[in-house]
Amino acid sequence: MIRSAFASLALGAFAFCAPALAQDKPARPSQATIEAYVKSTFGKAPAEWQARIAPDESLAACNVHRNQVSSADAEAITKRELARVSYPADGKFLGNWKEGYKVANNGRGGQFSDPPDTVSGGNCFACHQLDPKELSYGTLGPSLAAYGKDRKYDAEAIKDAYTKIYNSQAVVPCSNMPRFGTNKVLSEQQIKDVMAYLFDPESPVNK
Amino acid sequence: MKRLVGETKGQGMKLTVIGAAVLAAAMTLAAGHLTAQSPPQDDSEKEIERYRQMLSDPFSNPGYLAVDRGEEIWTTKRGTKNVSLEGCDLGEGAGKLEGTYARLPRHFADADKVMDLEQRLLWCMDKVQGLDTKDVLSRRFSAPGRASDLEDLTAFIANKSNGMKLEPQLNHAKELEMAAVGEELFYRRGGVMDFSCATCHAEEGKRIRLQGLPNLSVPGATAQATMASWPTYRVSQSALRTMQHRLWDCYRQQRWPVPDFGSDSLTALTVFLNKQAAGGELNVPSIKR
Ligand code: HEC
Ligand code: HEC
Repeated sequence: MIRSAFASLALGAFAFCAPALAQDKPARPSQATIEAYVKSTFGKAPAEWQARIAPDESLAACNVHRNQVSSADAEAITKRELARVSYPADGKFLGNWKEGYKVANNGRGGQFSDPPDTVSGGNCFACHQLDPKELSYGTLGPSLAAYGKDRKYDAEAIKDAYTKIYNSQAVVPCSNMPRFGTNKVLSEQQIKDVMAYLFDPESPVNK
Repeated sequence: MKRLVGETKGQGMKLTVIGAAVLAAAMTLAAGHLTAQSPPQDDSEKEIERYRQMLSDPFSNPGYLAVDRGEEIWTTKRGTKNVSLEGCDLGEGAGKLEGTYARLPRHFADADKVMDLEQRLLWCMDKVQGLDTKDVLSRRFSAPGRASDLEDLTAFIANKSNGMKLEPQLNHAKELEMAAVGEELFYRRGGVMDFSCATCHAEEGKRIRLQGLPNLSVPGATAQATMASWPTYRVSQSALRTMQHRLWDCYRQQRWPVPDFGSDSLTALTVFLNKQAAGGELNVPSIKR
């Protein structure tokens, strides 16, 4: 996965260096102009909500380059985001797969229509196949069916997956997958449970 | 379906409402069939397409009730000036309707602003009719028992461009700015999930759960079919909806703050999307899930 990501980054960097086709591509509007539009549309929202759409350093780079960042930017992003991953103090990565299923299946939370005390889900099924018997799954991400089994429940693969779920961009810069731990969408316990859903031999994902 | 029936008032509506109920039932059946049979992915895609076909039967489209209501609002005298909206210039001259929707949003010299249809209607209510738009804005999205003037007017006016091709206006400097900013906004990530429009609408043949996602990042047939089918009657909401509502709902799914109705970013996105959809032939109100 990492190798192919670097290949596409190299391509992205090339595309970015190519001279802009002035005749059919309008120049990028100034950042100030873009911010003025954002303010006119979202400026009445509570401060806490506005803070959520102020891009951090990594997202700012992803936005300007439409996720096709240069290899230097890519390295800076993975380094920065890896430093934002916090691993469980007890060293245990796997919780309860049954609870993990609920996290994977829950798409609530974080929407302006949700009551403020809503517990957020991971909504993994929106983008991934997991339990092969579940037909209602999306395709924005790769299939994760038999994820643990295919990796022989290997300790390193388990740690890598935890990192990925905690902060997808620590692994793939500008990944389209949410940074669930770093953005505080999921708690450590929820991530452990969803990890068990991927890695417990009894989980339907591995059946 | 109870809500749908509860909503109906008067006789004329009944027939169409039954049509909608039949459609909704067909939809539920198709969905049930989908999970019960566990077909492989290709079959489930076909099933979804099949029920989409059922939903586009024009004779059972309650969106046409909104068209009729919209015509009535268009010709009703209101406001401190006690005039109808017929004095409103939607871009082709005061009172002219044919083809206006196909060329909106566009720059209006009198307001020196690029406006979509709803923004322009609000401007005309204020300036032409002298109408306090507070009540109209509070009903910007209809709900059971609460019609929306803006949805109804949009259905009526957009319908007058049927058979015409989307012709995005990109001459004035402010129209060009709108298109360029709209494109930037399409790729701007944020919110707790780090989503942008492009997260969900920039690849071919993707879906979220079972819902197909149109790729709006490239000009062509998909963008045309998408943009030329709004406003639409949404069976799942028992309501006619406009692009303002669609973008409001997508920003909700994007975990962004509530976008202000009729504000510049939404118009900018609409200009950008219409640019992708240039040449798409309007057939509205359509009917969708
Ligand atoms: C909005 C879409 C989206 C959501 C929601 C999402 N993912 Fe992902 N995920 C992706 C994409 C795209 C990739 C592949 C690119 C990458 O690795 O960044 C991916 C990759 C992964 C991988 C690595 C796969 C490999 O190649 O080894 C794992 C593990 C994973 N996701 C788990 C999860 C879990 C668990 C959840 C829910 C808590 C989740 N994802 C939610 C989009 C998503
Ligand atoms: C998290 C996912 C997600 C994000 C982010 C998102 N959308 Fe959507 N969008 C959807 C879904 C789901 C649908 C409904 C598809 C259906 O009903 O078949 C949809 C539908 C649409 C449609 C109508 C499609 C049609 O066929 O009529 C348009 C236009 C659209 N989105 C534009 C946008 C724009 C512009 C943005 C960014 C402001 C955006 N979307 C962000 C998920 C998303």
